[in-house]
Order: sequence, then C-alpha cells, then structure tokens
Amino acid sequence: MSELKQLHDAVLNGDAKTARVVTEKALADGVEPLKMVQDYMMPAMAEVGRRFESNEYFVPELLLSARAMKAALELLRPLLVASGAKSTGRVVIGTVKGDLHDIGKNLVTALLEGGGFEVFDLGVNVSPEQFVMAVKEKGAQIVAMSALRTTTMPAMKTTLDALNQAGVRGQVKVLVGGAPITQTYADQIGADGYSASAAGAVAVAKSVLA
Amino acid sequence: MKPFKSLAITSPAELCFGVSPKPLKTRDGLTIGGGIVYPELNFTLPAMFVDANTMPEVRQHYRDIITGACQRAAELETPGLVVEFETLPPMTENPAWGIELTRILLEGMAEARGRYGLRSVLRITPNDTREMERPPRMRSGQYYEAMMQTFDGCAAAGAELLSIESVGGKEVHDEALMNGDIRAVIFALCVLGVRDMKFLWTELNKIAAKHGVHCAGDTACGFGNTAMVLAEQKMIPRVFAAVVRAITAVRTLVCYECGAVGPGKDCGYENPILKAITGFPMAMEGKTAACAHLSPVGNIAAAACDTWSNESVQNLKLLGGMAPTCYVEQLIYDCRLMNQALADGRQAALLYQKWMVNSDASRDPQAWVLSPESAIAIAQSIVTAPGPYAAGKAAALTAVRLLRNAHQEKRLALHPRELPWLDRIQETVEELPSAEADFISEMMGAVDTEKFVVQDYEL
Repeated sequence: MSELKQLHDAVLNGDAKTARVVTEKALADGVEPLKMVQDYMMPAMAEVGRRFESNEYFVPELLLSARAMKAALELLRPLLVASGAKSTGRVVIGTVKGDLHDIGKNLVTALLEGGGFEVFDLGVNVSPEQFVMAVKEKGAQIVAMSALRTTTMPAMKTTLDALNQAGVRGQVKVLVGGAPITQTYADQIGADGYSASAAGAVAVAKSVLA
Repeated sequence: MKPFKSLAITSPAELCFGVSPKPLKTRDGLTIGGGIVYPELNFTLPAMFVDANTMPEVRQHYRDIITGACQRAAELETPGLVVEFETLPPMTENPAWGIELTRILLEGMAEARGRYGLRSVLRITPNDTREMERPPRMRSGQYYEAMMQTFDGCAAAGAELLSIESVGGKEVHDEALMNGDIRAVIFALCVLGVRDMKFLWTELNKIAAKHGVHCAGDTACGFGNTAMVLAEQKMIPRVFAAVVRAITAVRTLVCYECGAVGPGKDCGYENPILKAITGFPMAMEGKTAACAHLSPVGNIAAAACDTWSNESVQNLKLLGGMAPTCYVEQLIYDCRLMNQALADGRQAALLYQKWMVNSDASRDPQAWVLSPESAIAIAQSIVTAPGPYAAGKAAALTAVRLLRNAHQEKRLALHPRELPWLDRIQETVEELPSAEADFISEMMGAVDTEKFVVQDYEL
C-alpha cells in the first residue's frame, strides 16, 4: 500500500519517472489497474486541481502532475481496455475555425486527461466538418470548443448546426469556453455546458455526462 | 541590419513620456516624440463573422467608427490623432478587404481634416496570418503572400505607419510559458523570433521604401502579453512573466535594427527598454486598454509613452456613445494631463512620471521591470551582449537581479510562492551554454521540432 501512496504522491508532485516505476512495480505485484487509477491517481489529480484552484499551484506544476498521470496511464490503459473498464468519457476538443489561440484549450485538455477523460485534441482553426468527422470516428461523448475572438465565437454556433445536420448532435454533449464566451452565449447557441475557467471544465464535463 | 551597441537614453529622467531623441514627423505634421503625447485609437468589430456576405456591414462599422471618433477628437481639440487599423484574419487573407477598409478609414480621417482641421496618421497592422496553418510557413505560401499584399496595398492607399504583431517563435513559446521553461522561452524569442524578425522586417522595409512610408515597429504581444495575461490569471508566476518581458525586448529590437523608426507598437510593453536603446518614439497602453485585457501596469506603462493607446475596443454602444468614441475621449484626457505636465516644464513632467511609476512599480514584478531605472539596466545588458542569444540571457539575469534586490530591500512585494521561481530561473539561465550553436543543438533535441518549419528559421 505504501507503494501506491508513492504513486499518489508522484502524481501530486509531478514526478513522471517515479509514477511510471511505481506503476510497473504495482502491476508486477498484481495490483488491479482500476484500483490504482480510481483510488490513487484520480484523487491525486483532484488534489492537484484543488491546489490549482486555490492558487497553490501554477500551471507548470499542474502540467507536471498531468504528465505523471499520463505516464502511469500509458501502462495501465491497455489493461483497463482489456478488462472492459471505461474511461470517464471521450472528448474531442479544438479551437474553432478562424481562431488560432490554443493555450486555454491545451490547459483544458491536460485537466480533462487528469480527470480520467480520453481526449482527442483536434488543434486550432478546426472547421465544423472536422468536429463532425472526429465525433463519428472517435465515438466521442463530448465536443469541447474554445474561442478567444469575438469574431470567431459565432463558429461555435456553426459547429453546433453542423453537428445537428450530420445527425450526431443527440449523441454528444457540447461544451464551450474562452475569454469572450459567457453562460448566456452558451445558452443562446444551445451548448450543454460552459466553464469560465479551465479547472472548472472538468466538473462541467463530468456533470453533463452524469 | 544596424545593431545598437549603446543606449540612446542613459538616464532614467530622460526616459520620459512625450519626448524621444529621434522623433518621427508625419505627413500631416504630427511630430511623435517631439514634446507632445498623442492619443492612439484602436478598435475592432463586435461579435460577427467577416465574410463576403457581411462586408457591407463591416464597411459601415468602420465608417461609423472613424466618423464618431474623429468628431469627438476634434471637439476635444486634440493636437493630433493616431489611428490604428489592426486587421482581422479574413481582412489579411483577402487583401482587397483590408485595403478597402484602410481607404474607408483614410477617407474618414481626410474628411475630419477638412471639416475640423484634425491632423491624424494611420497605422496599419495586418494580422500575422502565417500561423493559420500548422506548422506555419513563415517565408512563403498563401498566407505569407496575402499578408505582404495587404501591407503593400495599405501602404499604397496611404497608411503611413507599418506595424505587425509578428508570431515567429510562438510555435515553441506558448508551450514554454505553460511549462515555465525559461530555456525554451529564450530559444523561442532569441533564436527563432530573432531570425524571423530579421527576415520579415527586411521585407517590410522594402515596402515602406517603395511607398515612402515608415516601418513603425513590432511587438512581442503574442509572447510577453500572453505571459502577462497568464500571470494575471494566476496560471504562471508573475516573476516569470516579468523575466519573459525583459527577454522579449531582444526580439522586438530586431525591427529597429532593420530600419523601423517608431512609434513602436502599443501592446509592446517592452517598449520603455526599446526607447532607451533606440531613442525612437514608442506607443504604449495601460489602464485604457482594460477593455482588451487586464494588466498590472496601468499607470507605469505611460511613463515613457509617446502615443497613448487603448489596445482595442469593440464597436459597441455604451451609455456615453459608441465605445471607440468613448475611448478616444479617455485617451485624449490622459494625453492632456501628460501634455500639461510637459508644458509646465521638466520638473513637472518628472514629477508626473514619478507618480505614474511609483503608483505601480512596487506592487508587481512586471511593473518593476518597466520602471525607467529597470528599463535602462535591462537595455544596457542587451546592448553590451555580443548577440541576441547572449542578450536574452543577460536580460533574464538582469531582470532576476533587479527583482531580487527590490524584494530584499522591501521595495517590491512578492508572494512567497513566487520566490523559488527566481532561483529556478537564475540557475537555469546560468547553466545555459555560452555558445549559441551549442544552445541551438541542445534545444533542437528538447523542443518539438514538428511544430515549426526548421528551414524558415535558418536552422
């Protein structure tokens, strides 16, 4: 058990190397992969999220933790898939067409991964057609869109329209965020969720799938 | 390329608003940096698509903006007005649109000149659309070609000041900020950024010469201001953002080495450092740019400005009127105060400069590095370094030293969780190789080279 505490602490402290080593050792000792994720890694990331929210951690520290989590997950994911365990959810994420800002989107990606989501990052300047195609190909449950310009935020509505026209709107929840976006705007265009902060996006993603 | 090997301004008292050793005279008779601070208005569209269908509405927005702003500027008897037209990506991708809107603005300015005698000058800042494709092609391709056509057409139409918020090196820098990686910051700004700036501003200089206009200046907005906004959101340490600001000056300096003459672009908060080095006039923005982004440098940013800007405001209706008209009024009143201080003599100007500096400097490390004393110290470290890479390291270490000393002397407040980052930055920079070639070799193995076109950076 002290080994698994080490896994918790390695994620919390952003130590990818130790996270990987401890995970390998625990697997060799026959520890259930799902137990490692649910009882140690996800609580560690939840604490990281709390520390970030309460301004104890900066983003670089948060990203180190996310990388440590990812390093351990790389070992565990194939075993989790084989055992039939499901991820928290599948997300396709991107910055909308015409917009090149990706820092906020990247941060949300890291946090969602830390929260146990399987995230497919489509990058920036993502067209509605690309979102639709990714939803179909990846079997996503969530589409997350980011925009930083007032002149590109209308592309969120266009993407929602495209999801409707492609007949996949009913199978995904749509989340929106970015500096000019508000809850009112999210409601206006018919999005399912909005978060004013990157850290808040994880809770919103979980709530729309609940 | 003419490297600056000494400072144009060596005394903090000379690094003052409204006065530059090398002022710029415009066609309409404005002398920027010649003893008067001019308002510089920037604006953008409200939330809307820009495409062929909406262009009639877009044109009307710009007509209304310039008419309303010029009328108010004339009513408030400003001695002159700088108007900045920062295009949106579709207006750069379709040069005809950007050029047409430039003409609309110039017509509005000419009309105000005829009707009210309002003197003005237009700065054109095409959006750097090269990053619309990933990895960006920095020296060729449809985006680059369209951007240069926009510059050429706008300059031909009468835009007299050429500027850009160029993005060379941003492919690496965004991630460097998120990771708090000062090595990658220096690589992005002082290796990649510097190489792109040399290429781009050499080309822009040809356009300026062809049309008899001026290369005004660039900004490290996508670098230093991204860091500033992230720090403001408590995502990265403020001391990290302050050190990044110091390093950005190395990158932005290159446009002046290639022939730019100011006024430097408003969102380049590194401009006090560059004014000290080059002696060219600088645009700045601070409290009046809160419409676009928050900052911890609202007053101190004005201490060395030659034009005073609002960064960008949407054309929305406020209680007082349309937002650009309201903002031109705010800018004009700020400028009136600075110009009154200048008119009352050197002591009055220095007192006002001191108030602007002291009201911000002790509260945030990003403000501290912009004080006249800090700006000159950082500028000195840059001009005495043998090249951009060494200058980046020197600027970083100077900034760390200034912040550490100020904190130890209790002149600068720093949160305890910020302090380890000063040690971390210093140790990292001190351990960097002395030769640029060794550094490049090291970094090419450390950064994601898929994110940029290596050949475009001569690597």
